[in-house]
Amino acid sequence: MNSIVESAVSIHSHDSSGGFDVRQVRANFPILNRQVHGHPLVYLDNAATTQKPQVVLDALSSYYTQSNANVHRGVHLLSESATEAYEGARNIVQDFLNAADPSEIIFVRGTTEAINLVAQTYGRRHLGSGDEIIISAMEHHSNIVPWQMLCEEKGARLRIAPVNDDGELLVEEFERLLNAKTKLVSVVHISNVLGTINPIRQIVQMAHQRNVPVLVDGAQAVLHGKVDVRALDCDFYAFSGHKIYGPTGIGILYGKQALLDAMPPYQGGGDMIQSVTFEKTLYNRLPYKFEAGTPHVAGAIGLAAAIDYLSKIGLEAIAAHEHDLLAYGTTALNAVPGLRLIGTAKEKAGVLSFVMEGIHPHDIGTVLDRQGIAIRTGHHCAQPLMQRFGIPATARASLGVYNTTDELDALVAGIYKLKEVFA
Amino acid sequence: MSELEDLYQDVILEHSKHPRNFRVVETANRQAEGYNPLCGDHYTIFLDLEDNTIRDISFQGSGCAISKASASMMSHALKGKTAVQAEELFNKFHRLMTSPDADRAADLGKLAVFAGVAEFPTRIKCATLPWHTLLAALQEKQMASTE
Repeated sequence: MNSIVESAVSIHSHDSSGGFDVRQVRANFPILNRQVHGHPLVYLDNAATTQKPQVVLDALSSYYTQSNANVHRGVHLLSESATEAYEGARNIVQDFLNAADPSEIIFVRGTTEAINLVAQTYGRRHLGSGDEIIISAMEHHSNIVPWQMLCEEKGARLRIAPVNDDGELLVEEFERLLNAKTKLVSVVHISNVLGTINPIRQIVQMAHQRNVPVLVDGAQAVLHGKVDVRALDCDFYAFSGHKIYGPTGIGILYGKQALLDAMPPYQGGGDMIQSVTFEKTLYNRLPYKFEAGTPHVAGAIGLAAAIDYLSKIGLEAIAAHEHDLLAYGTTALNAVPGLRLIGTAKEKAGVLSFVMEGIHPHDIGTVLDRQGIAIRTGHHCAQPLMQRFGIPATARASLGVYNTTDELDALVAGIYKLKEVFA
Repeated sequence: MSELEDLYQDVILEHSKHPRNFRVVETANRQAEGYNPLCGDHYTIFLDLEDNTIRDISFQGSGCAISKASASMMSHALKGKTAVQAEELFNKFHRLMTSPDADRAADLGKLAVFAGVAEFPTRIKCATLPWHTLLAALQEKQMASTE
């Protein structure tokens, strides 16, 4: 069982209100004070991106006003201070994921770049004609297209592990796809459309029995509970800073050291080299081998501030709060006539996708927006999954640490208003 | 909520619930598909074009209330019109969506009910998708996209 499920379930079984005060949390997020179309903002689009607490904004501002400089190699004080903060951020991420070593933490732009990095380095080196990569039917386009591009280049084949009508991965079907030609498994930890929590530990065990490495797309998972890459034993883990209350443009690729060491570099440039002559370049050691060019120093610092912030609230308390909201929202939405939830997995986090009889998701989104309620509508960058459920799009409310049951009541009231418009 | 009422006019809601010409023209000699990847709206427009005149027009597909009503009212407005008149109406409708002019709804007849869509920038493509698809069919292109 993976740690997200354990934390959510174990906490929920006893009193979850202890210490966690959602009003205090809300006070940390300045954007929540604003009005939208004359209504208080109800922000329920957290699976797309989360809002930023003041401490993250302060960290960015403080970096730019106090210690902005390029990192590594500088001899002056500002450069030293910037380097210290940047490498300190790496240690905070290492601790956050429980990685064995800071050199296993690569700063990238986001989950998408992390997956492309693995596809273009590990994938290109190890994949040949006739080989196979397994993904699941609930992947985001960012965990489909990089593999399609690679397969096309190499003459390899992308295999898709199916899901059932509740949106749960069919683990036996997944296991059946594993064979001698399988070179990599890449699966999402928590689905951005369905909220399904995949049994990553079990998937990793199955793949490792056949010596197949596993990449986990953790974009939706890191904000919903503790992720421990060593307990999961996954080979790669990717996530984006902006989805855990940090800045955009920064993300993480975790990789096991032995794998990263054996991989060729991704991009060439400064910082990723040890020495350059026109005849030959010696590449830098980990993690710098994968960090060509001036990195997003402010982003790394902002991400570290976000992780610190979450750690202070407590990841277990956050998971419990979101679990309560999910249960409340599920019951409330199920009571709306003509509304159908898409994604009803037993192990689920943070996402309420739905469709309504006779009302298109796009119209749902527009009417709710005019009441200050921000949700997402569309295919959520998962068109194959939409096809699996035979729907063109869904409306999706996704939960964050600052959401309240009052906001879910506002959502339901908004949906009744919508039914009036379309009656 | 007045802007919402501007957008979801009764006529628009009525057409979205009971779309006209929502069928396949068996004698169609032109057809094109229109797709908005952003929201998944997907329509096929069928034309029976003879001597450059639209003898019959219909559509199939699925999408939001705005796109479906737009397709329905467009098909109603264009039956019996020439290809040139259809393109003129396309240009007028496009102007209704994008121009700030006070007289932008002139000569549009019933189609003027879509004026409120202009207040909702994210929804303009919903209203124009059927029209772009029509243009593709007239110009014998197979595919139209608003993205």
